[in-house]
Amino acid sequence: MTTVAALSEELDNPYALSHLDALESEAVHIFREVAGEFERPVILFSGGKDSIVMLHLALKAFAPAPVPFALLHVDTGHNFPEVLDYRDRAVARHGLRLHVASVQDFIDRGELRERPDGTRNPLQTVPLLDAIDKNRFDAVFGGGRRDEEKARAKERVFSLRDEFGGWDPRRQRPELWQLYNGRHSPGEHVRVFPLSNWTELDVWQYIAREKIELPAIYYAHEREVFARSGMWLAPGGWGGPKDDEKLEVRQVRYRTVGDMSCTGAVESDADTIEAVIAEIAASRLTERGATRADDKMSEAAMEDRKREGYF
Amino acid sequence: MSTTNTARSDLTVDAGATSLLRFATAGSVDDGKSTLVGRLLHDSKSVLADQLEAVEHASRNRGQEAPDLALLTDGLRAEREQGITIDVAYRYFATPRRRFILADTPGHVQYTRNMVTGASTAELAVVLVDARNGVVEQTRRHAAVAALLRVPHVVLAVNKMDLVDYQESVFAAIAEEFTAYAGSLGVPEITAIPISALAGDNVVTPSSTMDWYGGPTVLEHLETVPVVADPSDDPARFPVQYVIRPQTAEHPDYRGYAGQIASGVLRVGDAVTVLPSGRTSTVEGIDALGRSVDVAWAPQSVTLRLADDLDVSRGDLIAPTAAAPSVTQDVEATVCHVADRPLTVGQRVLLKHTTRTVKAIVKEIPSRLTLDDLSQHPAPGELAANDIGRIVVRTAAPLALDAYAESRRTGSFLLIDPADGTTLTAGMAGTAFAEATADTAPQGAADDEGWDF
Repeated sequence: MTTVAALSEELDNPYALSHLDALESEAVHIFREVAGEFERPVILFSGGKDSIVMLHLALKAFAPAPVPFALLHVDTGHNFPEVLDYRDRAVARHGLRLHVASVQDFIDRGELRERPDGTRNPLQTVPLLDAIDKNRFDAVFGGGRRDEEKARAKERVFSLRDEFGGWDPRRQRPELWQLYNGRHSPGEHVRVFPLSNWTELDVWQYIAREKIELPAIYYAHEREVFARSGMWLAPGGWGGPKDDEKLEVRQVRYRTVGDMSCTGAVESDADTIEAVIAEIAASRLTERGATRADDKMSEAAMEDRKREGYF
Repeated sequence: MSTTNTARSDLTVDAGATSLLRFATAGSVDDGKSTLVGRLLHDSKSVLADQLEAVEHASRNRGQEAPDLALLTDGLRAEREQGITIDVAYRYFATPRRRFILADTPGHVQYTRNMVTGASTAELAVVLVDARNGVVEQTRRHAAVAALLRVPHVVLAVNKMDLVDYQESVFAAIAEEFTAYAGSLGVPEITAIPISALAGDNVVTPSSTMDWYGGPTVLEHLETVPVVADPSDDPARFPVQYVIRPQTAEHPDYRGYAGQIASGVLRVGDAVTVLPSGRTSTVEGIDALGRSVDVAWAPQSVTLRLADDLDVSRGDLIAPTAAAPSVTQDVEATVCHVADRPLTVGQRVLLKHTTRTVKAIVKEIPSRLTLDDLSQHPAPGELAANDIGRIVVRTAAPLALDAYAESRRTGSFLLIDPADGTTLTAGMAGTAFAEATADTAPQGAADDEGWDF
């Protein structure tokens, strides 16, 4: 077949780049644009795989110099202990500066109120915007990908936020070629998404290629879980099973890592990176569809949260 | 469908063998664009169960029986409420051979702006026509945008062949007319494919009803069209993004210039000139994200080290001394105006070119172009949203600018409103269409400093 001939011709081309090389080069270009044009950038770092890949790319972009940005963790108080541990080790190993914006502090001060369902994901917006404002961050790197969700699919790589942190999808700047426009007025900031064009599979293939360490909860392990709204949730400081919910031990792993109260585990025996990639390639569900209760609230749940200043 | 049933599960850790193709689709809902896009995504297993379920649910709520695949991409509340696509939607899918980034541009709202945006990064554009209507005004507009933006490959998908009894003569006449038109605009490669997106003919699997057609299906063509033009044909261009100076005990004297190679190939030992200063040096080392290499090429992100201690900073361009662009403060370009407020003669703007942003004044707007018939309207005075026109700009500082025809990356620029940062205009330096080179360039312009085409 002609297709096979053309394919091998392409791979024989000495100037061929794999899709991971192309995505990596694009992301590094974005990090360097921000370093060149902004005064006080910061990387949102949750300890999830996308933010870990972001940090890895930032380290490569500026080597052998250190990353010229701090990290910001919006801490819901409902963290997986493995993830907090990973965060602290990463900060120490690379000599980074970490800012923590704590949802618990806002609740303790009476500035935020716990929701009846116990979910703290939507509560992150206020501490996030407060940290951006107090530290005068002008560029905020997020690990969001356009393949994750329909509202994200239409967001720019450089996404301008007004002085209230809000996103207006109808007033976005057209983004042409690789010319990113980061102009903003005092008080406004720009969210920057270096992984915009990556898919979940790309992220995992890149983690495998670069041999990037992840928190262990991304790989299959035995855990006490209970079923709620079609997801396996793990009990913790945030709460646990109600009367009609039964705790049981299952072989699970996490496809996404967020607030424990609304991040579900998937049943899996994928305990190596190769097995995880095979599992994702065969999956019939998106990662958010499989694991995030917060996105099931309504058809426009993500758009509404983004308009208010969410990640 | 057997070719794609295994698609996702064939994607493994060994990702090195997959290349990336960015492409754009142009056409209206009436041409069956959503159906074509939906079929590409669906048949390559890129629409997952929960997404399809959500689309089915939303379609039922609107009283539609079949799932409306346009809802897969129409993610914004306003889009769903009005039943229209407002913005460019990016979609991602993969086959074992390639990863695809699809810029799906809406047909009716802010049409030109959106298609120009989608086409700016595309290596291929799919233009759809309805076999019953043939080449219409809109088709010519699509061809003109693809030609203006210098998209290297154009696919003409003649859709709804089932409604013209799969007749070869209908396809041949449309293909001939389009190829002649697009060719006259300088589109270098045109592939015409007869399809029925609804029935699935020649989208993913070859048609059983059009045995007179021996070419590739749409997906086969997307999988095999060459994406790597030989970069050694182009002069190297390296816009400096950032200067890396660790000043640590381990690297006390390291000084590297970080950037993404915009075109061409760079080698250790190359004699280079830094623009606009004109100072010269030699490439001493190339650091390619963690390893030292002897050669690097577009579009790799690397860090260059030079043999001499020069004053180089963000916004400078490093190019081979033998093939350096000239610098200029007078920019003549074809532009697409993308902002709601108009662009006027005398307007003060910022011009962003590669990594350099300079002050500029719009000196002239010699003409506006109607894309439907390519007619010129002299001295329009201003350009409104979605207008294509010619402009002359004077910049406050010199730019190392290539003609867009030579380099999409170093021949493109943005005009930005200095007051609030709004992106006003997308510019392409030099003449508009490939065939128009030399003949229609204003006399005398070729003699000005910097205009060497």
